[in-house]
Amino acid sequence: MRHRRRRPPVAVAVLAAVAVAFFVVPLVGLLQRAPWSELAGDLTDPVVRDALRLSIVCSVGATALAFVLGLPLAWVLARTDLPGRRLVRALVLLPMVLPPVVGGVALLLAFGRRGLVGQYLDDWFGITLPFTTWGAILAEAFVAMPFFVIVVEAGLRSLDTRYEEAAATLGARRFTTFRRVVLPLIAPSVIAGAALTWARALGEFGATILFAGNLQGKTQTMPLAIFVELQTNLGGAIALSLVLLAVSIVVLVSLRDRWFPA
Amino acid sequence: MKRAFVALTAVALLLFAAAQPATAGGQKPSGDLTVFAAASLTESFDAIGKQFEKKYPDVNVKFNYDASSNLATQINQGAPADVFASADQDNLQKTIDAGTVTPPPEVFAKNRLEIAVEKGNPKKIKNLADLEKSGLVVVLCDDPVPCGKYAAQSLQKAGVNITPASKEENAKATLSKVSIGEADASIVYVTDVKAAKGSTGGVRIPDNVNVVASYPMGVVTQSQNQTAAKAWEQYVLSKAGQKTLRKFGFLPP
Repeated sequence: MRHRRRRPPVAVAVLAAVAVAFFVVPLVGLLQRAPWSELAGDLTDPVVRDALRLSIVCSVGATALAFVLGLPLAWVLARTDLPGRRLVRALVLLPMVLPPVVGGVALLLAFGRRGLVGQYLDDWFGITLPFTTWGAILAEAFVAMPFFVIVVEAGLRSLDTRYEEAAATLGARRFTTFRRVVLPLIAPSVIAGAALTWARALGEFGATILFAGNLQGKTQTMPLAIFVELQTNLGGAIALSLVLLAVSIVVLVSLRDRWFPA
Repeated sequence: MKRAFVALTAVALLLFAAAQPATAGGQKPSGDLTVFAAASLTESFDAIGKQFEKKYPDVNVKFNYDASSNLATQINQGAPADVFASADQDNLQKTIDAGTVTPPPEVFAKNRLEIAVEKGNPKKIKNLADLEKSGLVVVLCDDPVPCGKYAAQSLQKAGVNITPASKEENAKATLSKVSIGEADASIVYVTDVKAAKGSTGGVRIPDNVNVVASYPMGVVTQSQNQTAAKAWEQYVLSKAGQKTLRKFGFLPP
């Protein structure tokens, strides 16, 4: 039987329309102020170009880090019954709700030059993370990795363990099973998780500016450049904002079937 | 119908006239007053705010401290400020040019730069030239921010060329990187080092390579509280206001 669509009550429809306008109007505001004719010039401005390049480097780096560390973590959370697993999961997901600025302060106090761990990194290895591109990558990974872990863990959970058992009875070792059987089966989750992580990393501002500082070509990613350009060069700030907007739309569209079934 | 309209108009006009004196001169300031001020004014304006509220108990002063360049952008985009106090002339001029702040600007204080170093000056920094030493982590204010612009001028005067590790969003953020030990040195205002109360050390920059920062102030044209805004301006320029600014290390205008 076909589902009959009902008309919403007027009050509900009005409030819903307000909500839609609330989301759409800012975007229109951004688009109508966009200097379309000068966009090419704005996007080749050295500050903008450096920010674009650096944002790609840092967001891809953060996503790679999330893959390398987040995949094993997701597996541990989904496939083992380690005591304290729930606590671990809560801790891992905390950065999703934690204000990124707080994350930045925490990173500084942990990995800064005088930080809990950072002082030893500095003393023993001469490694300092703040004010380096590595610092920016870490800040982005801190904020974005939970997205990867949560999506991949969900993918693993929904995967029938009998596939793994079958592979094991056929003599496959655990790592082979994971690489040849599990990973291909959860590939959609891994890709979706990576896309979300990448998009979140690309937009990271608070933790980055606090932990990694702000230097053109080194730690000044697109969001930081937008913040600075806004003070002197509105056109450049809008051009960068449009780039990030376009990327967000692409990510959204490519994930639509998975996350937003119509 | 027509008569009712006339009557309504008359009532509205009367109400309007009655409301007028509240915003005209000579009236006692009251209501909310929002002051947008350079980050370097944080401590001094906080103190002046308390005095101002004591003098005018009906006024509630709120502050928005940030880089003057950022504040100027916010005001030009219609932020609900009543007063704008900038750490340089350029950013105030930007708002006057945009028609968001009413001229003339009133210079109410001056300031000078100082090298902020870690407590006890472990890197033995004695002058601007020492900042060139390799391995030293120096942070500056960002280019559009007044303290960044002044620092660049001062470094140029001294013939010193440094690559900062970071360009921070305002004077206080720049100083905090030194006080938490992430940076070895930064160039901020004399008043910032003084306000840090010993959590950082300061190294004087000689006058011949230093820069004088002029702090102008103006009333925001669209301000809903012109009376309080003008009273604030007067108070900062008054003997009491100036005395407080001196106490925090500012120089007379």
